[in-house]
This record gives sequence, C-alpha cells and structure tokens, in this order.
Amino acid sequence: MNSFSRSQWGAGGLALLIGLFLFVFLIVPVVKVVYVAFQDPNTGALTLINFVDFFNTSLFRESFLNSIYVAGGAVLLASLISIPLAYFTTRFNFGGAVLIQTLGIVPLIMPPFVGAVAMLLLFGENGSVNLLIDEWFGFTIPFMEGLNGVILVEAIHYFPFILINLSAALLNIDSAMEESAQNLGASGTRLFRRIVFPLAMPGYVAGASLVFLKVFDDLGTPLLLNINNMLAPQAYLRISSIGISDPMGYVISVILVVFSLFSLWVSFLALKNKDYATVQKGGGGLMKRDLRPWEKIGCYAVIILILLMVLSPHIGLALLSFGTVWSYSVLPDAYTFAHYGNVFRTATQYISNTLLYAGLAALIDVVLGTAIAYIVWRTGLIGRKWLDYIAMGAVAVPGVVLGIGYLRTFVEFNVPIIDKPLSSWWVIIVIALVIRRLPYALRACMAGLQQVSIMLEEAAENLGATKTRTVRRIVVPLMSGGIMAGFIISFATASVELSATIMLVSAESDAPLAYGIYEFMQSAAGRGPGAALGIVAVLIVGIATYISHRVIKRREKELAPGVAVAAQGV
Amino acid sequence: MKITKRIFVQLTAGAVLAVGAVMAPIQAVAAEKLVIVTSYPPDTTVTVGKAFTKATGIKVEMLKKKTTAGIKYLQATAANNTSDMFWASAPDAFEVLKGDGLLQKYTVKVKGIPEKVGAFPINDPEGYYKGFAASGYGIMWNTRYLKAKKLPVPNSWADLEKPIYHGHVGMSAPSRSGTTHLTVETLLQGEGWEKGWARWKDIAGNFKTVTARSFGVPDGVNSGQFGVGVVIDFFGLSSKASGFPVDFLYPKMTTLVPANIAIVKNAPNPGLAGQFIEFLLSPEGQEVLLDPKIRRLPVNPATYAKAPKGFPNPFKDKSIGSAVKFDLQLSKSRYNIINSLFDVMITYRLDDLRAATKAIQTAEAKSKGNAGAMKLIKQARALVSKVPITAAKASEKDFNSIFKKKRKKATTKVTGRQAEFEQAWDTEIKANYAKAKQLAEKAASM
Repeated sequence: MNSFSRSQWGAGGLALLIGLFLFVFLIVPVVKVVYVAFQDPNTGALTLINFVDFFNTSLFRESFLNSIYVAGGAVLLASLISIPLAYFTTRFNFGGAVLIQTLGIVPLIMPPFVGAVAMLLLFGENGSVNLLIDEWFGFTIPFMEGLNGVILVEAIHYFPFILINLSAALLNIDSAMEESAQNLGASGTRLFRRIVFPLAMPGYVAGASLVFLKVFDDLGTPLLLNINNMLAPQAYLRISSIGISDPMGYVISVILVVFSLFSLWVSFLALKNKDYATVQKGGGGLMKRDLRPWEKIGCYAVIILILLMVLSPHIGLALLSFGTVWSYSVLPDAYTFAHYGNVFRTATQYISNTLLYAGLAALIDVVLGTAIAYIVWRTGLIGRKWLDYIAMGAVAVPGVVLGIGYLRTFVEFNVPIIDKPLSSWWVIIVIALVIRRLPYALRACMAGLQQVSIMLEEAAENLGATKTRTVRRIVVPLMSGGIMAGFIISFATASVELSATIMLVSAESDAPLAYGIYEFMQSAAGRGPGAALGIVAVLIVGIATYISHRVIKRREKELAPGVAVAAQGV
Repeated sequence: MKITKRIFVQLTAGAVLAVGAVMAPIQAVAAEKLVIVTSYPPDTTVTVGKAFTKATGIKVEMLKKKTTAGIKYLQATAANNTSDMFWASAPDAFEVLKGDGLLQKYTVKVKGIPEKVGAFPINDPEGYYKGFAASGYGIMWNTRYLKAKKLPVPNSWADLEKPIYHGHVGMSAPSRSGTTHLTVETLLQGEGWEKGWARWKDIAGNFKTVTARSFGVPDGVNSGQFGVGVVIDFFGLSSKASGFPVDFLYPKMTTLVPANIAIVKNAPNPGLAGQFIEFLLSPEGQEVLLDPKIRRLPVNPATYAKAPKGFPNPFKDKSIGSAVKFDLQLSKSRYNIINSLFDVMITYRLDDLRAATKAIQTAEAKSKGNAGAMKLIKQARALVSKVPITAAKASEKDFNSIFKKKRKKATTKVTGRQAEFEQAWDTEIKANYAKAKQLAEKAASM
C-alpha cells in the first residue's frame, strides 16, 4: 500500500508538470487569440453574438459541411489505401515489407502544399495524365477539381497515419487468438473481418481519427487548390487579411477546436468498454505465412499500384527538380542538375535546422506521450483524462492561431543570458512543434499502452519491482512499437510543418526546411530549386525513418528472449 | 545497471548536442547585421543582398514573410523590435504600418529620382517610406496553352470578358494581395463604381480560379493550369526570363505604383538601414533590378539605358500607367469594403457566378436577333452586375469603421457588424446569380 501511494505522488507531480507545460504553451496562447471570438466587434464586451452570425451565414454553414465531407471522404480513401498495405506486410513473409512500410510513410514527409504542386502537374486539368488521356481518347478526368481534388491529395498525404497505427496494432495481436479462430474453422476474409480487424481496432481508430482531424483543419492543400469554401481556409483568410477586424476567423477557430474535440470524444466512445489488451507480447503478432507464387504476384501488383499512386507527388516533384521548364507538357522540356547545385550552395542551413528541431520535438513528444498515456490508463489521478483531452486539443488548433498566440504571448518575455524575446528565439519553434505534434505521439503511445495487459505489470510488482522499475523494464519496452510509431510520425510531420513556423521564424538562419521550400516556391525561377530542396528533405527524413525502423527491429530482437520466457509463463 | 549506464551516456550525448545547438545561433547573432522583413522571393532578396554586401561589406539577413504576415509580425513584435526594415510592394501595407506608428522617417541623399512614375508619387509625401521600383498590373498568358486551346492573345481588360476565355482566366483576390487590390481599385476608379464592378464580374465569370496567394497566378499560368492571368508585371517578366513559355503586356487601364522600403521604428541598426536605402536608389542598385530573375521597373530614368530591348519604360512610354489618375485618398476611404465586396461577390460565390455567366454567354450566342430573348439576357446581366451598396456608401466613414481592423474607440458610433452585412450581401448576391441563370436559360430556350 505504501509503495502505491508513493507512486501516486510521483505520477501526480509529473502530471502537474505536464499540465503546467500545456497550460503555458497551449492554453494561454490559444485563449489570447480565441478570446477575440467572444468580443463584440464594436464595443469589446463579452458576447456570443458572433456565433449567432456564424450559423446565420450560409457561406459558413456550407464551409462546415464541405469540411466534414472532405474529412470523411479522406478517411475513407485513406483506409482503402492503408488497410491492404498494413495487412499484406504484417501478415505475409514479404521480401520488401520494411521497404514498403518505409515508403508508405514517405508521403507524410512532404509538406502538403508541395505535394499539391506536384499533383497538379501530374493530375491537374492540364497535367501530364490528362494531356495524355486527352490526346489518346479526347476527354479529361477532373482528378483535382473541387472538393474531390482536396480529398485525393489529403488521403494520399495522410494515409500513413492509419498505416502506421494499424501496422503497430496488427503486430501486437496475439497469434493465439488467430489460432483459436482458425481451430474453430474461420479463415480468409472472415478471419480478418471478425478477429484480426476488430483486435486491431484501437490502432485503426487512432489513425482514422487523426486523419479526420488533420484533414478537417488542414489549410495548405485547399488553399493551394484554391478551394475557399471550407472552414480552415475561411479562418485563415479572415485572420490573415490586412484590415479585417472581423472576429469570424476566430469564431471559426473555436468551432474547429470544439468540433475536433467532439469527434475525438466520439472515437473514445467507440472504443470504450472494450478490452483490446492481449496478454502475450512480442510473440511476433500475426502468424506470418509464405505466399504461393500467384498470390505473391497479386499482392505485389496491388502494392505496386498503391505505392505508385501514393508516391506520385514524389515522382512529380523529382521530375520538377530535374526539369528545366515544365509547362503544359507531359514531361519537362529538358533535364539538369543545376537546381541541386543551387540548393547545396544556398540552402544547407534549412536541412540542419530541420533535423535539430524535428528531432528534439519528436523526442520530447514521445516522452510526454508515454507519460500522459501512463497517467491516464494506469493511475487513478483525479482529472487525468483532462491531460489527454487538452494535449489532444492541440490537434484542433490551427497552426496559424498557435503562431499568432505565441507571438502575442511571449514577445515581452526576455530569455535570460541570450537577451532576446522568447518569441524570436529558435527554441519557440521547437516548442510549437512539440505542441503541434504531441497528439500524434500521444495517440500512438496510447494505442501501444492499451494493448499491454495490466497483468504483466501486476506480475512484475508482485515480484517486488518498484513502480518506476516496472515502467522502465516492462511497460516502456512492451509499448516500444507504439512509442516508435509516435516518434516517427512526430518527427516526419514536424520536419515538414509550415503553418505555425511561418509565423515564428524570426531569422533566416533559424528557418526550417518547409519554410525554405515555401520561400523558393514563391518565384518563377525558384520552382526547380524548391522541388530539389523538397526531394532532399524527403530523402533525409526517409533515411532517418528507415534507420529508426532498423533500430526497433534490433531492439526487439535483443528483448525477444526475455519476453519469450515471460510468454511461456503465461 | 548496464542499461542505466547506457541511458546515461545517451543523455549526456544528447545534452552536449543540445547545448552546442543553443550556442550556435547565439554566435550568429553577435555579428552586426541588417535584418529586413520582406515579401520578396529569394531571387530578389539574395541578388540585391549580395550586391549590397559587396558594395558596403554589411551583412544582410532577409526575413521572408507574406506582406500581410509581415505586418502582423511587426505589430506583434513592436514592443521588442528586432527588425530594421520592411521591404514590400503594396503602398497600402506601408500606410497601415505608418498608421500604427511603426515606421521612422528617412531623408534620401541620392539624386536623380523623379517625383512621379505614371500618375503616382514615388515617395511617401510624409517621408516614412520610399519607392525604389515601379510595378503595374497587366495580363500574362501561356503561349503553349493558348495555342493548344486555339485562343487569341488578349490585350485589354475587356478582352477577358469574351466567352472564348471562359474557364481560362486566373487572378488573386484583393483581400489576399495588396497589389491585386490596386488593380481592382484602378478599374473601379477608371470606369466608375457600377461599370467597374460590372466589368470585374464579367471577367470573373470567366475565371478558372481565384488564387489564395498572389504568386498562385503566375504559378498557374507557368505550369499551364490556366492560360491567362491577371498579374503584377515582374511576375510576368521574370517568369518569361526564367524560360517559361509565357508573355506579358500592360493593358491601357493600369496604374503604376511604387514598390517600397522603409525603416522600422526603434530599428536596432538605423544607420545600416539608411545605407541600404541609399544603395537601392544608387545607379548600381537600380541596375540590379534589371536582373532577369527580378525584372522590376527602376525609378531612376537613367537606368533604362541599360535595359534589354523591348523592356517597358514608363518614363518614355506615356501610355503605361497614365490613363487613370489614381486617387489614393479615395482608395484608402473604402479599402476594406472593396476587399469584402470582392470576396462576397466573387471569391466565395465563384461557382454561382460562373454558372450564371456561362448561361448568359450561351444564351447570347444562341439568340442573336431575338428581341425577347435579348431583353431577358439584359435583365440577367443587370442582375449579375448588381452591387449591394453605392459608391457613396462605400466611402462613408461610419460604415467603413465597421470593417476596420482595430477595435473602435468608445466614442465612435457604430451599428451593425461586418458579419451581419456580409451575410445579407451574400444572400442577395446568391439569389441574383441564381435568378440571372434562370433568365438566361429561359432566353436560350426561346
């Protein structure tokens, strides 16, 4: 009993620290901005009139429905892409499984606005594909038109959220479950539908809810495709225009936050009262089997087709980075290395900055994510769920709002020693990234922890391990798949973040990659170098992701003997 | 124990890395350096910055922000300012900063810069910001696109209204881009309130898209997403110089406006900032503007002697930018209203407007000579071009204050909210477009 209360103290202190961090760097800045939504534009008094205006305006109602339509459509399309990829690679002995899982993550490491540029060149009304179709058949297909264009780009960009979380969940399924089902006569799609997929549900819901939220408040893609009638673009257009006082942008921000929280709550409900934990861990997840030759061909065909589609932005970008002039033609007019030369002469600081910022941010994120997951699921602290809600709330805060909030909040806080306002110190960019990416890491850690049976911890404690030791030796290693997934997602997406950082960069020497690409892409002669920088970014983050994959694989092997013994005991 | 030690080693390594990383930027800051907040692309900033450093030995740090974001940035950091200069195109952006008391005066020493370019004064009469180049709006087009779609080259604003360009034109919105605002205002001043809006809506009815960034327009034309774009000159000229199959011209009704630079109030290095202005206006600095990647019109007439053949010279060719006498005060008096009206009537209702325009164009082609049909079409056109408020109302002071960015003083009497008005306009506009479409369809079936 004694050790229990002591551990509660430790967890309580930790929870308090995390809460304080979230309060200072998330709640205060956001409240500073959002406050405007509740002010009467004329008198400054507190009021709800702006919300009445919102729901009275048909444009906003339309935008709201469009946003939901796009977010829902993107989840659907992203699921169609990621479920086969996750299933095939975790279920079968496949030569290129690691490669495919790495390539599958690559779409995340391109800023969506860059992806949209490349997609337009390939699939736009006068893009390569349509020019060819038009020449051969005399018609064109509107891939990129209107809301459906947004869905296509978003799904291709964000599906890895589902892929990563679902793969992690599939790897954690106890193969005994599957064996039992098979013994009882289930096989094929029935086995997948009734046993495998339901068991992987936490991972799928975690991924799908992230996709929904991200798409719901993504700004870059609709803006690039010139779609204005969605909530996030409306908020951005209104907040960032000069001379518009109107509080509607802030009202929309509030509505984005509230609606996102609501959909999170729905996903909580969906998983509530169900126990997904499986006792045995590290046993390799699903049984892997070899494919028969014709099955192998089929699998490869599906995977290659999907990869070709999801990597099309990269293919387009690569062409752009090597091309001289690419205008109203199927392929660039000629090829050159000049753009890469340009980038390596002028833009290397963007690369090193990005590695530093994204690496630090992802590290802090998984530490916070693990801690919050543990506090929520393993302690009885009052209000612990709020840590989760608040941290997840960050996903619903548009980057621009966070950026403006930081500028407003921290401009007068001078950092000692370097004597500069915190808002123009590069560390603020890291903090913004930590806050922006915490929800990803947190969801992955949560899913990881949810699948660890509490019995294992109880067993360790019965054997005399302290709480700290249990966490370190049992919980963290067992949820390492989730933690690693969280790290990879946070790192990869943090390295291409633009919306918050564009407000916070105060010196070019502190600027990250996405900012550099954006800057290049704002001039006619900069399109090639911008694309080259984008390719460099994709390569670097891709390699980093691949290496971390290898690292977990090796760690898993190191841990394997011990776990196997434990598993036999159960 | 083994694991603990390994973790410790990793932690130490991490800490060392982190400290090293913290130290690096500090050293970078220590050197004396000019910090310029700018909306210009690296092609411009790097080229000019290099030339400046070569001439003076002073290091420059360019901070790239969209004009609007740059203003927000300077406003938000005013209490603890670390920027020396603001360097961007739109004069109204400088007006906003001046109004907020965020700029400081400077007197130029260089000689040879005239008072006016086109009909526009080059420098701020109060001395807060200086023009260093001129720019005007015009039309750019993709030659491959026009050839493939068999479209003629447009050469006036009125050309863009023609049915043949339906779905081929792109433009940014005035609320998004300061320079687009100037174009919209120029046409309104040149043609008058009602006729001007009618013209814009007729052109907008042919829009493929309203881009959210001003660079979205040249980008779209360069890559062939749409064939014709309404752009500021240097986007067109520099795209052409970068090898894209595009071209650019100034229609008759355009305004040349100076692109500007100013020193920020409480700048850390006001002396260096002054040197930068002097360099930019010196013959050397002006010549840098002719670089193929920049292509801006210098404000020093002597520099044009060194320009490539066919380069527009507003000091010689009086047809550029002199057709409209631009009234800056009038523009200022209704700045936000124009933005709001354009967004409500065009940007956010583009689909409805396009549908109505298409119906009218189809009906017109079909019912030549049918008096009854023509009458309906005329009604439809009138409905489309209807503007919810009059020119007088748009410049009314009290009405404008509803659309102001800053909270008003308690003494200003204000009734109504922006959202309220926009919502009413939107309802009216949507109904008008739908009705116009209906009428045109009826005319077509006659």
